[in-house]
Amino acid sequence: MTPHANTHPGAIGRWRTLPSAGRRAAVSLIVMLLAWELIAHSPRLFGFEVPYLGVLPAPSAVIGEWVMLLGDAHYWGSWYLSFTRVFAGFISALLLGVPLGLWFAISPTMRNLFFPVFEMLRPVPPIAWVPAAIIFWPTQELSIISVIFLGAFYTITLNTYNGGRRVDLAIIQSARSMGASRSNIFRRIVLPGTLPSIVAGAAIGMGITWEVVVAAELISGGNGGGGGGLGLFMWDAYLAGNHEQILVGMLSIGLAGYFSSGLLRRFGGLLTPWLSRN
Amino acid sequence: MTNHVETQDASVAGEATRGFTEILALYHGFGRGAQRIEVIENCEFKLKPGKLTVMIGPSGCGKSTLAKLLAGYLHPDEGSLLIDGRHIAGPGKDRLMVFQESALFPWMVNEENALYGLLASGQVGAGARQRVTALMDRVGLGRFRHKYPGALSGGMQRRLEMVRALVNEPALFILDEPFRGLDAMTRTLMQEHFAQMFEEGRRTALFITTDIDEALLLADEILVMSSRPMKVTRRITVDVPRPRTVAGMIKDERMKHIKVAVTKALYSEAIKAFDGSSRAVAAAGFEKFLDTTQ
Repeated sequence: MTPHANTHPGAIGRWRTLPSAGRRAAVSLIVMLLAWELIAHSPRLFGFEVPYLGVLPAPSAVIGEWVMLLGDAHYWGSWYLSFTRVFAGFISALLLGVPLGLWFAISPTMRNLFFPVFEMLRPVPPIAWVPAAIIFWPTQELSIISVIFLGAFYTITLNTYNGGRRVDLAIIQSARSMGASRSNIFRRIVLPGTLPSIVAGAAIGMGITWEVVVAAELISGGNGGGGGGLGLFMWDAYLAGNHEQILVGMLSIGLAGYFSSGLLRRFGGLLTPWLSRN
Repeated sequence: MTNHVETQDASVAGEATRGFTEILALYHGFGRGAQRIEVIENCEFKLKPGKLTVMIGPSGCGKSTLAKLLAGYLHPDEGSLLIDGRHIAGPGKDRLMVFQESALFPWMVNEENALYGLLASGQVGAGARQRVTALMDRVGLGRFRHKYPGALSGGMQRRLEMVRALVNEPALFILDEPFRGLDAMTRTLMQEHFAQMFEEGRRTALFITTDIDEALLLADEILVMSSRPMKVTRRITVDVPRPRTVAGMIKDERMKHIKVAVTKALYSEAIKAFDGSSRAVAAAGFEKFLDTTQ
């Protein structure tokens, strides 16, 4: 309640009303950008180039390039392509991973039969599937999506399975003793009990899909058909020697991942209202 | 408000004839070969319909195992368990268990939690909803009907479980140390609540505890259990009218007698857990305790 903040609701007043976490984030971002700008201009400012980092384009140049790209249909087309691929791969991972994880959780037979195979395939990185995916799938698009699918699938399945097994036995027994049928216990007890783990698995899986989409596009993209996407956008920028655009591509992917995870968290929160503070 | 509930409960008072429970020549154990532990050996008793039977015994003696056998979660090695003449073959609606730890469903609002059993078996009507509302008001949970159990304190969660158990109208209540872990004040309040709710609609109940005062406050009949392998060592009738209070129990001659009897029976079992010199020390301490009660 400083009189200053009241009489002059200017920039400083607004700054003071920000929560401390927001202020710290802003400080860290500004300091980082300033340091980066200085390093990028080091030959002119200090007479020598800071090793390695000195070759980076300056943030001002990157932002300038970005602003220019905002009106570029090709840039937004890349966003669109990557988003649809991530969406397709992620949704199919969710649709297959959740039921499989639940099945592992409730059926020992299923677990004994298929879990060893699952665990053997899991350590194979999604990127290592790229050559096989190209050979196996008829179109390049399907190969890319299948690799993205694998990125999220194992995490979602495993989280669902672990969550399902951790549903409190006392809770299940109590439902049984109230005369609930097996299917009712599955729908009203096991499923909601597993939901927090499914949401957590989906959030981690979503992060992995954005790690994988770029690599999948880099490797199988190009040559016209089925290319495009933010990954290929970066690769093209690299081939053209446009360093600013490489950074724009990197930052775009970071933003895309941030938005997708934020959206997923919001949606997950709506699905599990009992976890938020009442 | 209280009147309203009492008239509702009076309508089910006729159910006191349900829940006649017989435990016959029961044996149960865990493990095989050298690892084998006999938990229950030749255990026999009956629960009278409409009576609150309290089972008390040293901790780890097998009371919870017996509760699980009654609930149908476990199958006995030998012997039989019958409710109203029918064999217990698995979990069923005629028995309801309230556990040591909370078994509320965190993802259902409190009202839904109380109604779940009826909803799951498609028996929920306007009457059941009214009854839940009245019972929740009655135990001070009226404001929390549409909140999640996570918003309730430990004592409130226990009360909600009591409401849930009552609404399901089982023939037999099995309560396995339901007030364990509550602070002393909340525990006393819960005991009073429970005794009052039991009086309002008498149903056959088996209440398991390790606390002598709790047993004396609640019981129509006390079963003192032996240490493992468990069986009934004494059966004591508590023919003192409710409501009872801890303060009243100190003055009441009959209660003092019963307390000494239960303590003695329990002591001779608990002392088996001590060996050698520690047994002598425990025995001396017990003699001193008896002096203060008599």
